[in-house]
Amino acid sequence: MPETLLFYLFSGIAIVASLLVIGQRNPMYSIMLLIASFGALSGLYIQLDAPFVAMAQVIVYAGAIMVLFLFVVMLLNAPHEDAAEWDRTHPLRSPGVGRFGAMLAVLLIVQLAWALARASGVGTAVGERGDVAAISSVRQVGRVLFTDYMFAFEATSILILVAMVGAVVLAGREGQR
Amino acid sequence: MIPLEHYLVVSAILFAIGTAGVFLRRNLITILLSIEIMLNAVNLSFVAFGRAQGTVDGQIITFFVMTVAAAEAAVGLAIVIGLFRHRESLNPDAFTSLKW
Repeated sequence: MPETLLFYLFSGIAIVASLLVIGQRNPMYSIMLLIASFGALSGLYIQLDAPFVAMAQVIVYAGAIMVLFLFVVMLLNAPHEDAAEWDRTHPLRSPGVGRFGAMLAVLLIVQLAWALARASGVGTAVGERGDVAAISSVRQVGRVLFTDYMFAFEATSILILVAMVGAVVLAGREGQR
Repeated sequence: MIPLEHYLVVSAILFAIGTAGVFLRRNLITILLSIEIMLNAVNLSFVAFGRAQGTVDGQIITFFVMTVAAAEAAVGLAIVIGLFRHRESLNPDAFTSLKW
């Protein structure tokens, strides 16, 4: 049963690290814990016969996006969350609103659990259908990506371009424009 | 082998953690990190469904989600930098006024 043990190990790391991410006051620690969570998720992807997604997860997410977050945190030099006086007297902090929000959260959890309990065909093992060699091969992924998903791929390149220009415009200093 | 249900439960738990982070935290950086957690939870269920169907489509959708996440992080962090320059704060409640 090494597979089952690894699954529980990786998902446990991912869930605990994500919980700690939203429990930290210092965003620097949050980013480090999120990198740990992404590493555990890439282990889950390898178990799902998706090694290319796992590597992209490590390189793109843990490598590029998290480094971008780290740079911004270090650049802003505002590590701690400030709890001002008007923060505690904010109208959304009143007990009635809080109770309504808690009710909505419980409702969401009940709904998720209900949907999972009623879904049929999810009890079967994941890796039974399909050819493992075809699914886990980068060649097959590339072929489908550049034929069936050609339009989405090109649209994605335009999205990246727009995001790059937008980030430069938004973060640039006012005097330089 | 592990049933599909277990992957979906892990994905649902991660998504709930991300949602809680967006609503509970008062730091723009942590809110963006919580959005990344939610996107990853959805990625996990995409890959799990794709594997259960025996196709690579789930993995390909995951690439597109990753690209959108990268674009969102770049633009979001640029906005955070601009806001911090104006107010010297990362608390979202400091930015309630539309014009200053």
